[in-house]
Amino acid sequence: MTGLQLLTGGEAVAHAMRQIDPDVVPVYPITPQTPIIQGFAKFVADGRAGTEIVNVESEHSAMSAAIGAALAGARTMTATSSQGLALMAEVVYIAASMRAPIVMAVGNRALSGPINIHCDHSDSMLVRDSGVVQLFAENAQEAYDLTLLAPRLAEHPDVLLPVLVCQDGFTITHSAEPVELLPDDVARRFVGEYRIPHAALDVARPTTQGPFAMPDYYYEFRRQQGAAIEGAAAVLADLAEELEALTGRRLGALEDYRLDGAETALVALGSTAGTVKDVVDELRAEGDEVGLLKLISFRPFPAAAVAAALEDVESVVVLDRADSPGGAPPLRAEVAAALYGSGCRLDGSVYGLGGRDLHPADVRALLAGTVPTHVGLRGPACHA
Amino acid sequence: MGELTSWTDLPAGGAVSPAGAPRTATGGWRTGERPETDLSRCVNCLLCWIYCPDSAITLDGETFTGVDLEYCKGCGICAEVCPEDAIAMVAE
Repeated sequence: MTGLQLLTGGEAVAHAMRQIDPDVVPVYPITPQTPIIQGFAKFVADGRAGTEIVNVESEHSAMSAAIGAALAGARTMTATSSQGLALMAEVVYIAASMRAPIVMAVGNRALSGPINIHCDHSDSMLVRDSGVVQLFAENAQEAYDLTLLAPRLAEHPDVLLPVLVCQDGFTITHSAEPVELLPDDVARRFVGEYRIPHAALDVARPTTQGPFAMPDYYYEFRRQQGAAIEGAAAVLADLAEELEALTGRRLGALEDYRLDGAETALVALGSTAGTVKDVVDELRAEGDEVGLLKLISFRPFPAAAVAAALEDVESVVVLDRADSPGGAPPLRAEVAAALYGSGCRLDGSVYGLGGRDLHPADVRALLAGTVPTHVGLRGPACHA
Repeated sequence: MGELTSWTDLPAGGAVSPAGAPRTATGGWRTGERPETDLSRCVNCLLCWIYCPDSAITLDGETFTGVDLEYCKGCGICAEVCPEDAIAMVAE
């Protein structure tokens, strides 16, 4: 059965997980991720997925159990948000270093403090340098599509890394919109069987996993992780093409939206891209030459593709839904590095921290050249 | 250690197989005591083999043959757990 269904992002990802039918899901609930795992747990309880759900006592344990399961040869998924990802962070680095192909749904939520439950990207950015793949969805449909693709990306022999499929907390996780699911048999054929390419926990071929590495080897292992995530770019492109043949929906590391002939372009991650697209359409209808570059793959960061997409744009404004107190916010820093030497004007704004809305009027002002350092902030904001 | 390896030739995630691991002798220091075995008393229960924290108990198949002093640290656990007093700790 195909056709559109009304689903939240959380429900859409729960359906993707049902179709993937992972062997093991160690997980701990946290808002706004909870509907993902709640929906999936119901599928398991109803016998619609054969997964062993491990109800662990914390996110630190969730990722620790996920590593063990993944290295034992089980297709493994989990999910978290915010403080959960922060508590898990130590083990996220270890999962990447042990090359454990774990898929994790992230409902992006601001990090404390002050404690908050609403969306920003500070939780994802906390594990920016951990070596995990990070894909950001614009809407529930994209969260579903990316989740379906994620196990094959994680498990590809050239990659073997955790893959985080990030969706904006509440804005996507809890908002119902039309989503098209692939028929179960088509989805399952696409995902395929899981075969770990290096039999890790095999009593017939014993190995030491996660060994100590002194100064004579740590650096080499870190570089190996770097090469693996760089390799994820080509695998993502291939899988996106294969999935597009089934869904008719284009996916990739980035999306060029009406950049052709654009003088000014915004760069954004996540659901904000949807707001920007509407404003771009309005302004284009009014004759303004504006566009959007939406990033799906934040890690690996497609620097060359970003530079190529923005090659003819005169003015670029990068929107960051996370700040870096005392330094450049993360997306702006990446885009600046990618565009270094290009000669285009580069500005950026932080916006939307702790769930603050970004209104179409804000986007209009940004595209008209009014670029405060902080959009929607009460009190003095510096203008770039 | 042997020759250092390029990052391109390391196993993914650093999974080490015993075949590739150097068997570095670590028995250069001990507590000052070492186990001495009396095979005539041994009933081959292999408790010493189970308990030894350094895998220093040597076997011939499933038969106790003694202690590999290249790995023994002299902790005395084997002598403690032996039910037949077939192992005694003696000063080096």
